[in-house]
Amino acid sequence: MSKTKFSSSRRTVIKSAGAAAIYAAFGPLAFRDAQAASKLTVGVIYVGPRDDFGYNQAQAQAAGILKKMPSLNVVDEEKVPETIAVQKTMEAMIEQDGAKLIFATSFGYFDPHVLKMAAKYPDVRFAHCGGLWTAGKHPKNVGSFFGYIDECQYLNGVVAAHASKTKKLGFIAAKPIPQVLRNINAFTLGAQSVDPAFTTRVIFTGDWSLPVKEAEAANSLIDQGCDVLTCHVDGPKVIVETAEKRGVYSCGYHANQAALAPKGYLTGAEWDWATPYKLLVDAALTGKPMINFLRGGLKEGFVKMSPYGPAVSAKAKKVADADKAKMVKGDFVIFKGPIKDNAGKTVIAAGTSLKQQDPILEQMNYLVAGVIGKA
Amino acid sequence: MSTAGATIGWWGVPLAVLAGAIRVSTPYLLVSLGECITEKSGRINLGLEGVLIMGAMAGYATAFATGSPWAGVLAAGLVGAVFGLLHGLLCSLKRVNDIAIGISIMLLGTGLAFFLGKPFVQPQAPMLSSISFGFWSDSTQIQSALQINPLFILGAVLAFALHFAFRHTRLGLQVRIVGDSEDAARALGYPVLPTRIVATVVGGFLAGVGGAFLSLYYPGSWNEGLSSGQGIIAVALVIFARWEPLRCLWASLLFGGASALGPALQAMGVSSGYYLFNAAPYALTLGILIASWTPNRALSGAPGELSLVRQ
Repeated sequence: MSKTKFSSSRRTVIKSAGAAAIYAAFGPLAFRDAQAASKLTVGVIYVGPRDDFGYNQAQAQAAGILKKMPSLNVVDEEKVPETIAVQKTMEAMIEQDGAKLIFATSFGYFDPHVLKMAAKYPDVRFAHCGGLWTAGKHPKNVGSFFGYIDECQYLNGVVAAHASKTKKLGFIAAKPIPQVLRNINAFTLGAQSVDPAFTTRVIFTGDWSLPVKEAEAANSLIDQGCDVLTCHVDGPKVIVETAEKRGVYSCGYHANQAALAPKGYLTGAEWDWATPYKLLVDAALTGKPMINFLRGGLKEGFVKMSPYGPAVSAKAKKVADADKAKMVKGDFVIFKGPIKDNAGKTVIAAGTSLKQQDPILEQMNYLVAGVIGKA
Repeated sequence: MSTAGATIGWWGVPLAVLAGAIRVSTPYLLVSLGECITEKSGRINLGLEGVLIMGAMAGYATAFATGSPWAGVLAAGLVGAVFGLLHGLLCSLKRVNDIAIGISIMLLGTGLAFFLGKPFVQPQAPMLSSISFGFWSDSTQIQSALQINPLFILGAVLAFALHFAFRHTRLGLQVRIVGDSEDAARALGYPVLPTRIVATVVGGFLAGVGGAFLSLYYPGSWNEGLSSGQGIIAVALVIFARWEPLRCLWASLLFGGASALGPALQAMGVSSGYYLFNAAPYALTLGILIASWTPNRALSGAPGELSLVRQ
């Protein structure tokens, strides 16, 4: 009896030892698989290189924060053009990596590429940066997120106006799309809030990254007497450096470029994409519906200002900080009528205040009075 | 309120074109002179776009590592020479097409430069300094326009020197004979393949230096959009210049000046049709090609051994 018992218990011991050995050999692998299955795979797609001192770097920084979250598995790909190539990238992320949430971070990805993929993969969430999602027209598994960086451009304008002596500002822009025009207008309105005599000269280079043309544009603007430059291109590096070389001021864009122009960098409009990224990831993790329309400004922490450079006067800081405080409280309106465009047409009637959330602002197709250039 | 940076109004346009001609033309000039030497010897190296980018990266990285921009220029040239050597050697094998090799060199150079250049996008390398020829003027605009980089002067001098060398020196004659007729070169006892290899190496060296100008002077930073096709345009400029070094100089200046026209006009407030002005260099090139066309002189001046014209 006892012998049997012993043998049975010995058998049990051997069995469990064997199981332990098998577990030791293969367990971690099986365990890792199970863990990966419960992890959410997120795909992030950039149009340019991750470290361009600009737009893509700002996105990649947010993706870097996601990468540190233990519940996520992040795959990303850079330099994906706004062509059928991005559809292939999305498809690969979904089919091969099992991505359930995709961040498509360039404006041109939206229509038709994201829309096409969203129709094909209805259980995958697509978060697009900058597009205008319209209920009824666009699928439910697509969402657009963006930040009201024009608030920062307005503050750039306020600071620039205090530093400028010629009352001429220069703006180097890639393409005349609504987001870009809104930034040019906000920058100009910010400067004009200090002195209505301010004008902004705009140069459109035609594409998001053309370093030689951007340098030429910066030189031409400086030759025309502009003494503060800012821009809306993917990599402001060349422009900020050219301004510093020629001894004029610059306001940054996308990310902090203070290191490139220690003397002339006034301040800059920066993205803080980690905030919307986290909101979208949380919704996906908890199974809440996709956030279709996500916007935020200084108040929500989607955008931020670069620290002031040494050339910013105490007065400029005071005025800009006061405006910023109002923006953070949420009761500052940049686009307050009457506003005329630079052809003399009234675009926002007197008495009309367009709040930041107003979708009309995302269809902006004009340049305000005081801007020298054509949309 | 106008101060030292007084407005110059419409003078800004010719000034910008002049300044642009000098600033923007240098990489075109160096690459096209290099390609001119290579093509004179009877080979086309289409890979110079890749060599240019590789030179830009190597120059920037070396300048950053050593602290000396001129060391960067030298390194860029040497890297370019290595790529030239690769092209020269591969094309010396039997039945190897120089255009196909050129395209693969272009892809190799571009890809390798992007891969190796990743860590150098962020750091700032020391820049090449320029010589101020605008000291006589108190206008900051003119002073800035006449900041001339020694590499441009070097390129301009080289254009004249090559013009002389191809006509009046034994070495120039040797390159031309090898490029015009392999049989004649052999009959005269000139080594055909070594001449071509050396000509391609020199061409690669110059293209590499052109890349260093991009990353170390104007626009003066390393990133992946830096060249955006300038190496290809420079190769086309050689054909446009009908294989004459001096005409390469004028063509590069023209191209540089034309690319400055679009931004300068927009800065003036002439904003309609800026896409058209941005296309000015290309439209101009087409226009001149059409204007200079005659039925019996097509591709005149082309080296006879060039695969473009060889039957």
